[in-house]
Amino acid sequence: MIEALRDAMDVMLDRDPKVLIFGEDVGYFGGVFRCTAGLQKKYGEERVFDTPINESAIVGMAVGMAAQGMRPCVEVQFADYVFPAYDQITQEAARIRHRSNQMFSCPLVVRMPTGGGIFGGQTHSQSPESLFTHVAGLKVVLPSTPYDAKGLLIAAIEDPDPVIFLEPKRIYNGPFYGNHTGKSVTWASHPGGEVPEGHYSIPIGKADIRREGTAVTVLAYGTMVYVADAAVEQTGIDAEIIDLRSLLPLDVDTIRASVEKTGRCLVVHEATRTSGLGAELIAEVQESCFWHLHAPILRVTGWDAPYPHAAEWDYFPSPARITRALHQVMEA
Amino acid sequence: MTETPKLTFPHPPARPDQSPDFSAIEVPEAGILDVPPLDLTSIDARPYANGMVRVLNDAGEAVGPWADYIADIDAEALLQGLRDMMTMRVIDQRLLNAQRQGKTSFYLQCTGEEAIGCGFQRQLSKGDMNFPTYRQQSLLIAAGYPLEVLMGQVYSNQLDPLEGRQLPVLHSSRDYGYFSISGNLGTQYIQAVGWAMANALSGDGTIAAAWIGDGATASNDFHSALLCASVYQPPVILNIVNNQWAISTYTGVASGMARTYAARARGYGVPALRVDGNDYLAVAAVSRWAVARTRAGHGPVAIEWFTYRVAAHSTSDDPSAYRPKDEALAWPLGDPITRLKDHLVLTGQWSEERHTQAEAQIRDEIIALQRKVEAEGTFVNPKPISPATIFKGVYAEMPPHLRRQRQEMGY
Ligand SMILES: Cc1ncc(C[n+]2csc(CCOP(=O)(O)OP(=O)(O)O)c2C)c(N)n1
Ligand SMILES: [Mg+2]
Repeated sequence: MIEALRDAMDVMLDRDPKVLIFGEDVGYFGGVFRCTAGLQKKYGEERVFDTPINESAIVGMAVGMAAQGMRPCVEVQFADYVFPAYDQITQEAARIRHRSNQMFSCPLVVRMPTGGGIFGGQTHSQSPESLFTHVAGLKVVLPSTPYDAKGLLIAAIEDPDPVIFLEPKRIYNGPFYGNHTGKSVTWASHPGGEVPEGHYSIPIGKADIRREGTAVTVLAYGTMVYVADAAVEQTGIDAEIIDLRSLLPLDVDTIRASVEKTGRCLVVHEATRTSGLGAELIAEVQESCFWHLHAPILRVTGWDAPYPHAAEWDYFPSPARITRALHQVMEA
Repeated sequence: MTETPKLTFPHPPARPDQSPDFSAIEVPEAGILDVPPLDLTSIDARPYANGMVRVLNDAGEAVGPWADYIADIDAEALLQGLRDMMTMRVIDQRLLNAQRQGKTSFYLQCTGEEAIGCGFQRQLSKGDMNFPTYRQQSLLIAAGYPLEVLMGQVYSNQLDPLEGRQLPVLHSSRDYGYFSISGNLGTQYIQAVGWAMANALSGDGTIAAAWIGDGATASNDFHSALLCASVYQPPVILNIVNNQWAISTYTGVASGMARTYAARARGYGVPALRVDGNDYLAVAAVSRWAVARTRAGHGPVAIEWFTYRVAAHSTSDDPSAYRPKDEALAWPLGDPITRLKDHLVLTGQWSEERHTQAEAQIRDEIIALQRKVEAEGTFVNPKPISPATIFKGVYAEMPPHLRRQRQEMGY
């Protein structure tokens, strides 16, 4: 996925001289996850550069540049470190178009690695997506394959509005099915790992059906698409797994069509439960599919506690928890 | 002058394919700066903010007014300082190896920066509180923190007082004056100011010490701290550890055109000094002065400790990708352990043989202790802490929704 993201930035730097990449350690070194490796060398320091350690400054500069027509695509080293920039993102970038009655706009992308599963403790593991999906004026994207990562990042950079681009770091190097002691798999052996050369984009706002089924709809995104898949395989239940990809706007049509077909729904996310995206998804399904439902909609999420270090695998939603929830949804 | 505006992008003196080059760093002679009065103002602090307090000269002699200021620090205390630093370095090496063997998830060394925390801590008193970064474990060593507890935290095992909650090296100890460390940079700099304001309000006579890296001085909270310290004049020492690097980013990206970080602090009206951070005697002297000033109610003071990050940023980092491999060897301020050892040998208080013996002895002790600590669990051989700890302490009293979630988890 790292190469796919780099490729997307490479394509856009090449196509559009207004595209700029900056953030902490992204220039000479190419980012702590290597997502921007080689880009400074190829495009020069005026296009790809290192910034001081100040996320508010990174996004604030991007807002100023974007308002003038540049296309900044900035990196926040970990989603856990975005909070100094929260003001710039939610109160400024998100609203400049609206408050100026379209006189100014803010086409910028904030990329950041998100989620757990890497023994990163509480400041390298959080999943703050719902803190952004709660904000009018933002788009929020979270891909789960290299193919999608490239297509969606290109779409995000081309988008006329600010896009929060969350990268599930547990699957940077390959899909993860929830068993941390299992053999690690690379993207090379996965169909989603195939990334075409050159420019292509995937529309923001479209979900993808990862597995077709008739018994129950599983709504997931990022790493959880794979963990849910592992659980579904274990149960043998004919579940339909929808990878949301775009968390704001949501592809309600795809979700609705699926739940109308299956009559059952389970939501899975790593983020904490209370007021998480699951709550929004369940409300949406309830409003649009109530008369089709055979069972209460359940969710499997991270616990409502800070992300632990040693007890990581008791926190991370496991295939076992998802399996249990699947049976529960099916029984009702 | 350029004719059209152009942006600048600061560059380090050398990249991997080049030879180390510290020729731009001015190293003032040792012993040339006076010891200022405790009520030094920011205006009068100019020579200290732009210069550098140094006590040990190239020959290993302690010279100048700052040497006199700490003349009562006897051989025994200096040897203790040497042992503190040597212990710190061995622990760093051993725990780095443990991480390489998969016995813990992560580690982060302070190699080359040992004098700063070791020298500073010995000037504090019980009740004073540090707000450290992840690279100030040396404060704990000099505070006499039990080493098995320090190691237990790194292994997240049964000895870890934090019960596996935090990433290795993010220690926390109220008793040893070590505030709980956040992974989010900068946040704690302003908290130290608040802590010190509370000290002043309660009149308990204790002080606070804030710590930040050169890179993190870019954060908003650094500036908030200097501003509020300047406004309210609380008893806080604002430490800046300038080790030239912030992961792969050269310190110039944080300093911009400012001459020193101390000068930046001075711009907020906080008196500031820059100090040779690889000189244990300079560290001890300036720390003693700053503690005395702060405790006597003369307000905040900022100290830039000038040093070099010898090790990788952390076990997740490979510095050969962004700086010359042998850059540490070219560092003009040398190695803090070697410099103090040479001084003690020169003054007849120590010898090379005794040093070699001490090295071996410290090493053996740490290795023995490490075996004991590893028997309490490692990542390879865990003795699991109950997962129910996830829910313990989220709030003082567990609300019903957490109780339900804990039950769902099976506890
Ligand atoms: C708010 C925030 N942004 C980014 C990071 C990631 N990060 C961790 S350490 C580091 C470099 C810090 O450098 P410096 O302050 O010089 O301290 P040093 O590591 O050199 O001791 C960065 C960017 C973070 N921890 N917190
Ligand atoms: Mg640094």
